[in-house]
Amino acid sequence: MSGVLVVMEQRDGNWNRMSFEALTAGQQLAAKLGVECSAIVMGDGVGSLAVEVSSKKLAKIIAIEHTLLKAYTSDAYVAALDQAVKQAAPAYVIFPHTYQVRDFAPALATRFRSVLISDVIAMHDGPVFVRQLLQGKLNADYRHTAAGPCFVSIQAGTFRGDAVEAGTAAVETFAPTLDAAQIRNKPGELFRESAQTVDLSAAPVIVSVGRGIGEQENIPLVEELAKALGAELAASRPICDNGWLPMERQVGSSGQTVSPKLYLAVGISGAIQHLVGMKGSKTVIAINKDENAPIFEVADYGVVGDLFVIVPALTKAVLAARG
Amino acid sequence: MKILVAIKQVPERDAQVHVAADGKWIDESDLNYTINEPDAYALEEALQLKEKNGGEVVVVCAGPERVTSTLREALAKGADRAIHIEADDLGARDTLGVAQILADAMKAESPDLILTGLQSDDLGLGQTGVVMAELLGIPHATIIMHVEATGGGLKVKRELEDGWFQHVEMPLPALLTIQSGGNKLRYATLMGIKKAKTKETKTVQAAAATAPAIALERVYLPEKQKKTEMLTGTPDQVAAKIVEKLKFEVRVI
Ligand SMILES: Cc1cc2nc3c(=O)[nH]c(=O)nc-3n(C[C@H](O)[C@H](O)[C@H](O)COP(=O)(O)OP(=O)(O)OC[C@H]3O[C@@H](n4cnc5c(N)ncnc54)[C@H](O)[C@@H]3O)c2cc1C
Ligand SMILES: Nc1ncnc2c1ncn2[C@@H]1O[C@H](COP(=O)(O)O)[C@@H](O)[C@H]1O
Repeated sequence: MSGVLVVMEQRDGNWNRMSFEALTAGQQLAAKLGVECSAIVMGDGVGSLAVEVSSKKLAKIIAIEHTLLKAYTSDAYVAALDQAVKQAAPAYVIFPHTYQVRDFAPALATRFRSVLISDVIAMHDGPVFVRQLLQGKLNADYRHTAAGPCFVSIQAGTFRGDAVEAGTAAVETFAPTLDAAQIRNKPGELFRESAQTVDLSAAPVIVSVGRGIGEQENIPLVEELAKALGAELAASRPICDNGWLPMERQVGSSGQTVSPKLYLAVGISGAIQHLVGMKGSKTVIAINKDENAPIFEVADYGVVGDLFVIVPALTKAVLAARG
Repeated sequence: MKILVAIKQVPERDAQVHVAADGKWIDESDLNYTINEPDAYALEEALQLKEKNGGEVVVVCAGPERVTSTLREALAKGADRAIHIEADDLGARDTLGVAQILADAMKAESPDLILTGLQSDDLGLGQTGVVMAELLGIPHATIIMHVEATGGGLKVKRELEDGWFQHVEMPLPALLTIQSGGNKLRYATLMGIKKAKTKETKTVQAAAATAPAIALERVYLPEKQKKTEMLTGTPDQVAAKIVEKLKFEVRVI
């Protein structure tokens, strides 16, 4: 048992770009351990995607092909990967931490009596895998201690997708034994909710509010600041979950992705699912009462303080500056 | 429909956390605990399914004595029964270990449907439900926003990335991991709190921990990587400093 195996993700012939971040992670881990790195591409008709990665520095590419892998189901993916991983016998299996991976990788690891080390943000010698606890307030070092392969999923944005090392690799096709009767779920087509009326992605200035606002009655406080700045109002998920602002104003992995000139985060802790939606902002200002809040990790300017005091003062100062 | 809901007790979100002396977990002495937020949505979904289709809602939690307060709150909100899996050593068990004791207790109940939260606020593994489904040999679906009972099965709405969704049909028994925001959460009424006192909480002992497959070795504050310029002073001074930045550096005023 040796080597690193990266499981890449595609849907209808299109890559999930996080696959390349996982590939970089896999290559770096393999280099550190002095072992080979290979990759898996899976689906129905993934030949051209496999050829695309054959220009990367990999020992080989395993193209898992089966008609029952056309639409994603956990049952088919677990069964196919169970067989392919057993045959390849890697020491490490690396995934991008996508919604799809969250859906099947824990079950796959269970088949090997192992446990997925999920949402990893760094790798150190050992190897030790770092993941976040308490929504980013703390980090923790994890180590694999079982006999079988070690399963790891990599958090979005941890490694650079454009840093994959080039090379050449041979493509091997793997035909898993799958039976339609094994697949218990019937997946439907993907869809979006009714058309969005707010497009935050084009907004140059965004004031975004989080749970620190406490109650729905307090929302006007940030609304006034947004108005003074001529900004769009956005929010973290709990604000939209509570119905205090409409869903379409949610920023993050399950909301909109924004890249304004200014993102002013008020009472937002900075969980990764929020950060992925606003990391591309040119300037980030954060107001939070907790000096250790992870949002300060992405902020250019920070204010540690009570938003109920800072925000009204700021609204007044902005209005005065604008005359 | 008999629905089991796995609820976890976690530190309150606003808690100031400190690393424990052994460096392997947080200092629990001054913490207040609450229900893991997605689990509150899982409970709400279960209660609504029961209201629509009839049946029973049983809440299950593994942990030390203190978790019974969270189970009582769930009973006050409308769950019919509670099962407390007594375990003082959850830290010594990995996901597989915790999922195993939950699955053992649940199997004995022969449920039609098991709901979990999609992720815990403290460990953030996002896996316990999926591992339980695998151990129990039942189908699962994750990050679910809406559940509908169809003749003999379920139709669920799965959340995907970037605002996409998908419907999935599946047979029962099944396990779903529930995302926040699908329903409006209810509060416990005075009547509910009173009634909870008459409801049954069964305590079962967790089987002894087996060797874990992964080990948490060290917990620590993340190292700051970015140089954030902190703006300090009275509120008016801070406001003036921000306006200065907005005018001359960010150039949005
Ligand atoms: C699959 C999945 C998808 C998700 N998708 C998204 C998404 O798209 N978008 C998203 O935002 N989240 C998403 N989440 C949720 C995410 O993990 C966090 O739970 C959420 O972002 C937290 O929101 P928050 O920062 O507003 O709340 P909290 O984490 O509760 O933070 C509140 C902050 O306010 C501060 N505060 C409190 N009072 C004050 C005060 N008086 N003055 C100043 N500061 C104060 C606190 O210090 C704290 O930092 C997702 C989670 C999962 C698992
Ligand atoms: N000790 C526990 N007791 C009851 N349910 C739990 C426990 N640990 C995890 N869960 C359930 O599993 C879900 C996912 O947790 P996690 O895998 O830790 O992110 C939670 O939302 C709970 O529903």
